[in-house]
Amino acid sequence: MSKDGIIAITMPKWGLSMQEGKVMEWLAEEGTELKPGDPVMDIETEKIANTFEALDAGVLRRKVAQPDDILPIGALLGVIAPADVDDAAIDAFITEFQASYVPPEPDEEEGDGGWAFVEAGGYRLRYAKMGDGTRHVVLVHGFGGDADRWAFTQEPLAAHATVWAFDLPGHGQSSKAVRDGSVAALAEVVVAFMDAVGIDSAELVGHSLGGAIALQTAIAHPDRVDALALIAPAGLGPDINGDYLSGFVACDSRKEMKKLLQELVADPELVNRALVADMLQFKRIDGVPEALATIAAGFHDGTRQTLDLRGGLAALGKPVKVIWGSADRIIPASHADGLAGADVTVLDGYGHLVQLEAVAEVNAILGA
Amino acid sequence: MARKITYQQAINEALDQEMARDESVIIMGEDVVGGTGADGEMDAWGGVLGVTKGLWAKYGDRIMDTPISEAGFVGAAVGAATSGMRPVCELMFIDFMGVCFDQIFNQAAKFRYMFGGKARTPVVIRTMIGAGFRAAAQHSQCLYPMFTAVPGLKVVVPSSPYDVKGLLIQAIRDDDPVIFCEHKVLYTLEGEVPEESYTIPFGEANIVREGKDVTIVALGRMVHQAMSAAQALAKDGISCEVIDPRTTSPLDEETILESVEETGRVVVVDEANPRCSMATDIAALIAQKGFGDLEAPVELVTAPHTPVPFNGALEDLYIPNPAKIEAAVRKTVEYA
Repeated sequence: MSKDGIIAITMPKWGLSMQEGKVMEWLAEEGTELKPGDPVMDIETEKIANTFEALDAGVLRRKVAQPDDILPIGALLGVIAPADVDDAAIDAFITEFQASYVPPEPDEEEGDGGWAFVEAGGYRLRYAKMGDGTRHVVLVHGFGGDADRWAFTQEPLAAHATVWAFDLPGHGQSSKAVRDGSVAALAEVVVAFMDAVGIDSAELVGHSLGGAIALQTAIAHPDRVDALALIAPAGLGPDINGDYLSGFVACDSRKEMKKLLQELVADPELVNRALVADMLQFKRIDGVPEALATIAAGFHDGTRQTLDLRGGLAALGKPVKVIWGSADRIIPASHADGLAGADVTVLDGYGHLVQLEAVAEVNAILGA
Repeated sequence: MARKITYQQAINEALDQEMARDESVIIMGEDVVGGTGADGEMDAWGGVLGVTKGLWAKYGDRIMDTPISEAGFVGAAVGAATSGMRPVCELMFIDFMGVCFDQIFNQAAKFRYMFGGKARTPVVIRTMIGAGFRAAAQHSQCLYPMFTAVPGLKVVVPSSPYDVKGLLIQAIRDDDPVIFCEHKVLYTLEGEVPEESYTIPFGEANIVREGKDVTIVALGRMVHQAMSAAQALAKDGISCEVIDPRTTSPLDEETILESVEETGRVVVVDEANPRCSMATDIAALIAQKGFGDLEAPVELVTAPHTPVPFNGALEDLYIPNPAKIEAAVRKTVEYA
């Protein structure tokens, strides 16, 4: 921020692999008074499309980037400033910013900057570490996802903590053959991962199936888990969209995949071609459909969840936050009703991938 | 995990992984072992451009050098396929296919049909296509339309390292004869490819770039020429959708027609000669099934109806390039 309260809006970095983003559309007009969390523009990356929300308060004084511009991370998109700052000062700020801006170097050779691999529990797991705080946070993604599901979560949290995201067995770029796909077995993988990277205890953040895995880890290894944040977690009730799970395991076409992924979000526009292509590429790797079928059978019987961890949660005696989107079409938010031992927030109008849809709200609850 | 490798390495990796996975997979062709038998020479090459390098050392007799007799070894591969093997036969240049048309058109392509579905012919014929290599008229053609015309054959024209690996694994596992056309100019192209084995189904076009004004359908190397044109046109506010059918038989008609329904304007780019080509085939498809969606005549960008010239300057003129594609796109956009 400059001394006049002029603030640059810059291209965000959504996930480790993002190097540039495409400006799709401005969602605010020049002169609009913005507060943190207000939609600013739609941005599309190779991996995902999403709405970029204001991080700071002030008047949107200048739109610098135009729709269809493809810009590297950190590039100037626009300028926020108090209404009483004159235009000349804004112009000077832009000139100075552009003169000193250096686009980041493309990631190291492999294009895998930030990703690393570790042997844990008999699996080769891909992970990314961000931040260096004394507080450790481990992010556990859900069924069919991978560490990219935390693209909007990991970096903000890393301002205050050491944040780890890894791909579960059978997922992402971790080993594909899953020996035992039960939630109990996957909880042991979480502990093995923590052992392998040298974490004594951590806060676990789990999404969907990852929520059940995080909760099970805390129940089985209370000394390794300091606190939990469960986002649309499995394991807290019988209902689940079994058609989604079996559909995802079987699906091998773009159209079906798009329809399925749209079930995950309230706003279908979030599912772009790149996300669909990414998921199909993952599904087409040898062994993935079998791994997914094994894991799916570990927590549901085709129509209902077979695991009830509500009692375990109530008896934990640890800080537990539960976050749900009210419009979740995979696991209903009603599973949060009457939950003992947890601090529950239901965010109105969002779907199952609430951490991608309500980025600012979820990150605020997680303590970013 | 995914890392960057070349198109050529991706082909080698697909062959390696399928040979490790399935003992019935064998490789035969001219120089695929690629040595005289002298120490240190035995595995020096591996095919005329080194695609099968390293495999002989791993799989020994399952990689077979053949005499320069395409009619003989393609016939042998077709026969082996009908008796339980999964041969991947390398026929150097597609230009040489003429000497074994009977084995391909009349035998391999017909067995499943003529034996009432009881025979399988899981043979893959890998072959190089395309101009731009200064290899003259007999080593530079794009003859995939001829094979596309024959029922019973599947025809694949991959454009990227990711696609070539997944499509080759699919081809090897497929129970029908597959003509697998590798553009030699793409061999050095790098791209992200997963280490693991994976497949890409036949008959699924890839939407390489999304756009709303004009659909460009392009195959093989032409996908890259189309992408260059699309990038240049985007600067002038013309948004192109680039579709790579990936396989010409089966052809993903639906993806092409759905795109034309959105854009109403279409340019088909094909490195093959213009008559009876994929360009004319796809143009006819759109004229018949998407006529009501069209806002302008279908434009074709193809090689001329001539042999591939040996003279470098003429060869460069022969190959469809981004400038020609750009001009065709502008013509459809400006059509009133």
